[in-house]
Amino acid sequence: MEAPPFSPLIRSVGLTGVLITFGARATDEANRAAIAFRGAVDALAWPEVDESSSTLVSAFFRIDLSKHSFLMIQDRLADILASRDWSATPLPEGRALWTIPAVFGGARAPQFDEAAEAAGLSATQALADLTQTRLRVLTLGFAPGQPYLGTLNAAWDIPRQVGLTPNVPAGALVAAVRQICLFAKDTPTGWRHVGQSSFACFRPDADVPFPLAPGDEVQFTEVSVAELERLEAHGIDGAERMVIA
Amino acid sequence: MRGLIVYQVGPGVAVQDLGRPGFLSMGLTRGGAADVLALHEGAALLGQSVDHAALEMVGTGGTFEAGADMRIALTGAQMSAQIDGETVAWNASHALPKGARLIIGPTRSGTYGYLHVGGGLETEPTLGSRATHQSCGLGALITAGQTLPVGHDKGRDVGMTLDVLPRLSGGVVRIVPSMQTMDFDGDIRARFEATTFRRDPRANRQGIRMDSDGPGFANPRALSIVSEVIVPGDIQITGDGTPFVLMAESQTTGGYPRIGTVLPCDLPRVAQAPAGAELRFELMDLEAGAQVQARANADWAKLRASVTPLVRDPATMQDLLSYQLVSGAVSATHSDLDKG
Repeated sequence: MEAPPFSPLIRSVGLTGVLITFGARATDEANRAAIAFRGAVDALAWPEVDESSSTLVSAFFRIDLSKHSFLMIQDRLADILASRDWSATPLPEGRALWTIPAVFGGARAPQFDEAAEAAGLSATQALADLTQTRLRVLTLGFAPGQPYLGTLNAAWDIPRQVGLTPNVPAGALVAAVRQICLFAKDTPTGWRHVGQSSFACFRPDADVPFPLAPGDEVQFTEVSVAELERLEAHGIDGAERMVIA
Repeated sequence: MRGLIVYQVGPGVAVQDLGRPGFLSMGLTRGGAADVLALHEGAALLGQSVDHAALEMVGTGGTFEAGADMRIALTGAQMSAQIDGETVAWNASHALPKGARLIIGPTRSGTYGYLHVGGGLETEPTLGSRATHQSCGLGALITAGQTLPVGHDKGRDVGMTLDVLPRLSGGVVRIVPSMQTMDFDGDIRARFEATTFRRDPRANRQGIRMDSDGPGFANPRALSIVSEVIVPGDIQITGDGTPFVLMAESQTTGGYPRIGTVLPCDLPRVAQAPAGAELRFELMDLEAGAQVQARANADWAKLRASVTPLVRDPATMQDLLSYQLVSGAVSATHSDLDKG
């Protein structure tokens, strides 16, 4: 059954900001719309906006609502909202395409086979999906710089496992609900550990503390365990970054 | 280097300032002091900008020595304090001459106490702030043997005090609607407002659990939501119906629905409520909440004007009765806030 069309919602978040939501469920369209809308409003450089962010389905503008009237901000955002179809709007310019090496399966990613089975895929098909799908950074969160990447094809709509894996290491690629999360730090999780990289999502002392931004694209490439160990020994990730024209 | 030498320190002492705004989109929450008003009070007492970093102390403070002549101020949760063996007043500024020993003992009321220094603590900033954000690995708890760098101090006044907004023992906390408030049934919202909660001992800089008797506040209609933005003060209702007030170090997004959001000016009251203290939430519409917050912003900005000399000896006071009226539980500068 088709879900009824969702009309975007404009809501206040305490007195701290305004949230524009593009879907009741986490869909790829809603996420594209949220990123595109955030980019368009950011480009207007409203003085009222202290900062902005986007979540899986919403754009958020931090605005002090004790200084600026919510009703006025709401009207202005509603006008922009109505000006075009945000799920069909191209994403902002200046985004990056990342190529990130990772090991899939084996001792370094022990739930790859289990995840492939849950998705009803052969190991070969599963590997092809994980390394040939160009994923988008849907949002960063849970830990600083940590990306939720999507969207894998419908076969990957696999639930989180009931029990938690106590400690999945930083750099892990974990899968659930058509998404891949790349862990910023060691984390207990119900998502399945399907790959392992040496990519650091949060580098507090580096010139670029947060390498990934919402809207960036990520393509994983398969490397051998020996190659991953070589990268780890050198404290590097082997990733490449290209600006999407 | 001017420094504050740490000889002994409690297990919950860390450098805090106003936090790191600007990284929400990267999944890093602002963090910073749990009681932001205490930072404003410390800045007013020392006659300096509120941007200076201070020590936030939970449970107990420690034993410190001034490596150079310096000024200090003590704010937030009331703790015992002595300089070279002599008891000194809380919510006040004091001279701490080179070599003087400052001992800050256990908390008497409230939760988060603050030690400010003239010139501020000048630990190395990360991402534009000195705030310790433990869960994100930014900064670390203070340990014995450290010397904390102290900035150049342009001020001179010491022995000053301030009437502070009473906020150390719970009370009424004003909230405005959140994005999911209307997803809760009216009777659940009404019951939430009518309930007297107790601050659970399970509380930290990420969130504070609220206990109550009777059924929880879960609403099947509001259960399944896509993970969404969190702002400090959001009151999330977990699956079993328990409210948590989310604090400075919460995550940037969360999947539990929010029934309301505490006004920023009332968040210090939540932060400071000790375990077991009673709290009630009073819902205001957004416009009324905005007015209350705007008045509080104005009051916080002019705290410096209400700093007065500390009178050490009651026998020298000309008119004791009038002093007690002025410094009583109702603050002249914050009368509007006290009604809440």
